[in-house]
Amino acid sequence: MSPKAVKALEPAATDPSFIRNFCIIAHIDHGKSTLADRMLGVTGAVADRDMRAQYLDRMDIERERGITIKSQAVRMPWELDGQTYALNMIDTPGHVDFTYEVSRSLAACEGAILLVDAAQGIEAQTLANLYLAMENDLEIIPVLNKIDLPAADPEKYAKELANLIGGSPDDVLKVSGKTGAGVEELLDRVVQRIPNPVGNPDAPARAMIFDSVYDTYRGVITYVRMIDGHLSPRERIQMMSTRAVHELLEIGVSSPEPSPTKGLGVGEVGYLITGVKDVRQSKVGDTVTTAAKPSTEALPGYTDPKPMVFSGLYPIDGSDYPVLRDALDKLKLSDASLNYEPETSVALGFGFRCGFLGLLHLEIVTERLEREFNLDLIATAPSVTYEVTTDDKKTVTVTNPSEFPGGKIASVEEPMVKVGILAPKDYVGTIMELCQGRRGALLGMEYFGEDRVELRYTMPLGEIVFDFFDHLKSRTQGYASLDYEPSGAQTADLVKVDILLQGEQVDAFSAIVHRDKAYAYGVLMTERLKKLIPRQQFEVPIQAAIGARIIARESVRAMRKDVLAKCYGGDISRKRKLLEKQKEGKKRMKMVGRVEVPQEAFIAALSGETETKEKK
Amino acid sequence: MAGPQLIADPAPLDGALPGSVLDGADARMLSVYLHVPFCRVRCGYCDFNTYTATELRGAKQSDYASEASAEVAFAGATLRSSGLPARPASTVFFGGGTPTLLPAGDLVRMLESVRTSIGLTTDAEITTEANPDSVDADYLTTLADAGFTRVSFGMQSAVPHVLATLERTHDPDRVPLVVEWARRAGLQVSVDLIYGTPGESLDDWTRSVDAALATNPDHLSAYSLIVEAGTKLARQIKSGLVSQPDEDLQADMYELVDAKLEAAGFSWYEVSNWAKGPESRSRHNLAYWQSQDWWGIGPGAHSHVGGVRWWNVKHPAAYAGRMSDGVSPGAGRETLSAETRELERILLLSRTRDGILISTLPADARVAVAGLIADNLVNAEAALRGRVELTLRGRLLADAVVRRLTV
Repeated sequence: MSPKAVKALEPAATDPSFIRNFCIIAHIDHGKSTLADRMLGVTGAVADRDMRAQYLDRMDIERERGITIKSQAVRMPWELDGQTYALNMIDTPGHVDFTYEVSRSLAACEGAILLVDAAQGIEAQTLANLYLAMENDLEIIPVLNKIDLPAADPEKYAKELANLIGGSPDDVLKVSGKTGAGVEELLDRVVQRIPNPVGNPDAPARAMIFDSVYDTYRGVITYVRMIDGHLSPRERIQMMSTRAVHELLEIGVSSPEPSPTKGLGVGEVGYLITGVKDVRQSKVGDTVTTAAKPSTEALPGYTDPKPMVFSGLYPIDGSDYPVLRDALDKLKLSDASLNYEPETSVALGFGFRCGFLGLLHLEIVTERLEREFNLDLIATAPSVTYEVTTDDKKTVTVTNPSEFPGGKIASVEEPMVKVGILAPKDYVGTIMELCQGRRGALLGMEYFGEDRVELRYTMPLGEIVFDFFDHLKSRTQGYASLDYEPSGAQTADLVKVDILLQGEQVDAFSAIVHRDKAYAYGVLMTERLKKLIPRQQFEVPIQAAIGARIIARESVRAMRKDVLAKCYGGDISRKRKLLEKQKEGKKRMKMVGRVEVPQEAFIAALSGETETKEKK
Repeated sequence: MAGPQLIADPAPLDGALPGSVLDGADARMLSVYLHVPFCRVRCGYCDFNTYTATELRGAKQSDYASEASAEVAFAGATLRSSGLPARPASTVFFGGGTPTLLPAGDLVRMLESVRTSIGLTTDAEITTEANPDSVDADYLTTLADAGFTRVSFGMQSAVPHVLATLERTHDPDRVPLVVEWARRAGLQVSVDLIYGTPGESLDDWTRSVDAALATNPDHLSAYSLIVEAGTKLARQIKSGLVSQPDEDLQADMYELVDAKLEAAGFSWYEVSNWAKGPESRSRHNLAYWQSQDWWGIGPGAHSHVGGVRWWNVKHPAAYAGRMSDGVSPGAGRETLSAETRELERILLLSRTRDGILISTLPADARVAVAGLIADNLVNAEAALRGRVELTLRGRLLADAVVRRLTV
């Protein structure tokens, strides 16, 4: 048993050999936050009475969903064999869309705790992050969590982990973040196994940004890992990608409350505050150096995160448009990967075309907008980026079906992803069927332990942004997990399908789909709309078309009777109120040409409510 | 009565009318509506203000003629004291409920009170609604002798299963008999039909229309069944016991009754009403549609005098209390703005055969008329002669027409 360290090491003057930098790789609900909290308690970094459940996850939405969106770093003291160490735990975002951010967090560490639920085993996305950690040459400490659960099967999953990373099942530590069992041994293991950081203290300062967070009171807080040299308070620092120079207002470490220090030295992890108000000025992966003695060589691995998935966000109540604009402006301060521009739609009014890192990112942003800003939103079907080349050799980048060029198309290129799916072996057939239907090409298949399989595919991203995950979950009773990463582009026979109401195109329903699926999409949407569009005084044809060619057609028959032929006697007021109510209802209709469509119909058609209702 | 709640002012207890009602009063006729809020049973589709014996909470049917006559006297006094010109009533209409649930003598007493307190024009149209099973030849003769000129029978259908769904209890075979008795008593006869009842086929409806025509009435009303919130029928539809009336079938039914009636020598003069000739039209209903003045007597009855509308307390017991206190039974009232009066004028007149003079329409509405002609909703020839008159299609889509005329 190791005692709590009596006195923590002084930041800015810590010998790198007594520093350990590590992160925890885990699936969403495998107990990472609970374990992190337990470590804070065991090391004395947080007094028990201050312990807020899952201390590290700040945002409500994270706590409720049990996932970590923004990472942070905590410095904890720990003593082993009479020597005090400084452990920096770098919290990684736990989801598929944040691969780049994860890779930067990993690059800030020398080791990683691979944390796996002892009742569930490893999940696809943990696997992806594990591969990433191994590529970065991180020392991996395998740990099974939740051993207190009745359903825990540590022997089985220890074997699985040993198979994955090599070594013996006996090396797998067994802990319970909930009860604290095994946590002290784990901290000892971190000190023993993870290499200390190495760097040149005399070289020009180089610090890698692995996270930046917007704080209402303090502006942007930038989290860095020092590689070489030293940073001191009041120094002028420079961002190497933009050459922008800022004055360092505060430098310090989180333990876990921010505490200012005399600086940061080689191998240390801490935060910088410059008064900057926008996280875009402090980009993850960028290198921080000093203006006085700048480094000439930036650290490797920096890229600008590129949005992969696009969707139009519209307020259901059109008068909320300014609220949505302000809300996006605010979110942007803390989310460097969110981008958006104004867009108008006949069907949905005024909104924004937004770019996201992936589907979860889209979901999180939408949910934050709804929750934190009290907005009711409708999102158009997600789309990806296509490179469309026309016959006259012009190439257009299309992130919105409305930008798809008319006329002759020479080729369309679509983004591809490598997909990893981990599931019990009984579901292999149904998963293959699903992936085949989404134009997936099987890359490989591998067994883990006795009964679980990893399937690897390349697939068009466009095929998975639209309800793929829902289908995967429902076909596997929720047992399958999914991970994907960008993997180039391919040319494919893609077409734009438009939906027309009485000959007028309804922009929100246009979609870019594979030619083989155009008919199915057309039938789906025309049938949906037929059920949703109220009868008009004239027949309303609903058509799906590729260019000028109609591929599917339905129609809403003309309304023949719209008269309250009832005897209301002398109660004229009632008759008038009914008329006024009717007129009020008409005012809320959107006009597509001469066709009056209630906004609810557009929303229901986009969300597929009609099919859901029928299933019930 | 179910339906939208009116936001309005409370009605003053003395019933006094504002001076604004005098404007144009010389050009308006006066009518009287007498509501009889009693029924033996409540029909499943009905949301009118009517009560069965067990729902009366102490109000007595036998006292009703006296109470209503007291309001008639109150009406006469109020109209006189408001400075309106003396105008005898040109129409009187007894509606319900079931007016004929009262003894004929009660209806006669109430009519006499109108004659005494308000007066009747020499050619006054005096109508009562009647249930085919609550009148006999003597009853009808008594009414005719007292000055009634017209009776409107609630036939609704000739088909037993349709009557059963509507929960009408009369024997359809009795309708030709009562019509014949009314005719012998010298009364004009109208029959009411309802179409679009759940389960009613086009054949059923044909039988009903033919049966109604076979009684050789002077006037016929055909109303589409409207499922009103809060009725038993609405609950039955919600729970899936009966099916929602189909609007396309209702349209077929409307076209069928219109064709049969036109062939039999009737002409439509309002969306739901047909008459053998101009003299057979219901002048009382025309008074509503032409925004004339009328005083509604009885619980829940609505009145209109010169742009002021009011309505009485709904329950017969509350009504009886007001009458015994000698105060107005008014529950709420509204004074219509010029815009609202214009809206109502278009709403009501556009549904009549005589229609609206295009020259009286605001500019926007006159522009809309061209579109309505193009959409075959408004008769082009009538429009050339200066009137908005609905086509057959326009009558079926009359609400849409009104919306377009009142944008």
